[in-house]
Amino acid sequence: MLKRTPLFEVHQKLGARLVEFGGWEMPVFYSSIIEEHRAVRNAAGIFDICHMGEVRVIGPGAVSFLNHVLTNDITKLGVGDGQYSLMCNPAGGVIDDLYVYKLGVDEFLLIINASRIAEDFAWLTQEVLGEFGSGTTLTNQSDVFGAIAIQGPTVGRFIDRCVDSFDRAPSSLIKNQITRGMFSGEMVHLARTGYTGEDGFELVGSSSIISGLWQRALEVGHTHGLKPAGLGARDTLRTEVCYPLYGHELDETKTPIEAGLGFFVSLTKGAFNGREVLANQKNVGVTQMCVAFKMVEKSPPPRPHYKVCIGGKPIGEVVSGTLSPSLNVGIGMAYVPPTVVQLGSRVEIEIRGQYFAAEIVKKPIYRKAS
Amino acid sequence: MSKIPNELRYAKSHEWVRVEGDHATVGITDHAQHELTDIVFVELPQLQRIVKAGEACAVVESVKTASDIYSPVSGQIVEINSALSNDPALVNTSPFGDGWFYKIKLSDVSETEALLAPDDYLKQVGG
Repeated sequence: MLKRTPLFEVHQKLGARLVEFGGWEMPVFYSSIIEEHRAVRNAAGIFDICHMGEVRVIGPGAVSFLNHVLTNDITKLGVGDGQYSLMCNPAGGVIDDLYVYKLGVDEFLLIINASRIAEDFAWLTQEVLGEFGSGTTLTNQSDVFGAIAIQGPTVGRFIDRCVDSFDRAPSSLIKNQITRGMFSGEMVHLARTGYTGEDGFELVGSSSIISGLWQRALEVGHTHGLKPAGLGARDTLRTEVCYPLYGHELDETKTPIEAGLGFFVSLTKGAFNGREVLANQKNVGVTQMCVAFKMVEKSPPPRPHYKVCIGGKPIGEVVSGTLSPSLNVGIGMAYVPPTVVQLGSRVEIEIRGQYFAAEIVKKPIYRKAS
Repeated sequence: MSKIPNELRYAKSHEWVRVEGDHATVGITDHAQHELTDIVFVELPQLQRIVKAGEACAVVESVKTASDIYSPVSGQIVEINSALSNDPALVNTSPFGDGWFYKIKLSDVSETEALLAPDDYLKQVGG
């Protein structure tokens, strides 16, 4: 039985096409992936992300505990700041990628992937019982919290009116900051983050107010072009800006260094899970590397698991691929050996027995004209 | 509500067939294009290719998925709609018109009698 979010009936009324994602029945699109993608790039889109998980980490040991289980340096965060981070096993393999927000001196909120809630919480629970866990309490709030993402260049103009009141005006936050607001008498976290490459916010609150928040956002946002957008557009948007998706760019056999996420691995903060492997990879290099590519000529869209070849010989595999609605060309990410592929290299993507030329390009593949 | 023109025959796999003598034009239905949405690439069969009824002979790709298209009838491909290569969205905007896929010289005209009549196809798609 698939799980349904508090917005399930809203999606049905909007005529969404629903699909299974991470054990949830989620909207893949309402009208068209391409239209919804363009709405987010040009104006604004609202996404149901209630499937994502929330874990609260509290206590005097929380800072040192999180610095032990996560790759980024949590001591860089002040209260009200957030950061992208990865949770690795001792071999450096990625258990999950996540956002961590510092809500108070000893209080943190982790936003984790829907498909990884059980694994993450089991791992965190095991770790909190270990030598770095004293003075730390974990609470899995995934079932009581819901979340929506409001993304796009016009969102800053109406986000403050999406809630009844707030501590700091959400529109005054800088990227990765978080504030608290109230809606219908319930607390809402508003973070200036997202998964689209656009300005935008993620709102986390009690499941009971999510459909009200969604309705309010559409009321105050519709004159700014706000439209419901599904997971299809979320995927094309994140692929254009090369954000990883767990299960594609990341899994327990791939490290953050191999995924090209070394920026989020702090080797200066002291010991943490996976540090030895990651430090070694940073120094001596990796055997597989996640690169971005763009099709050179008209081709079918590249898709996950297609082979990357040179001269017809397989050298790697596509992990994400799609037609880019912004660039109108096939794009994707693939794991390849860095010894044979560099920026600007020509490779081929094998699609149904035919070879189509692609070029290895810098991340992100799509960059907003400024 | 998807359109189901009366003068056409249909395959369960959502292709339509317009029979003219011993030739036929083949495309995908309005229902199919609506289900696929946002068609971004169409791969058509080679000219002169001999296909059997039920054989996968084209691929239509939306943003999310690649789907095989099965020839509803047997014969030889005599013409393909090259306009789809530059404008695959024609399949969305005009599935029964400019969005046609290929023309085929039928090897067995009687095969077309086994295809679905419009009413039967309507029942299948839950119209």
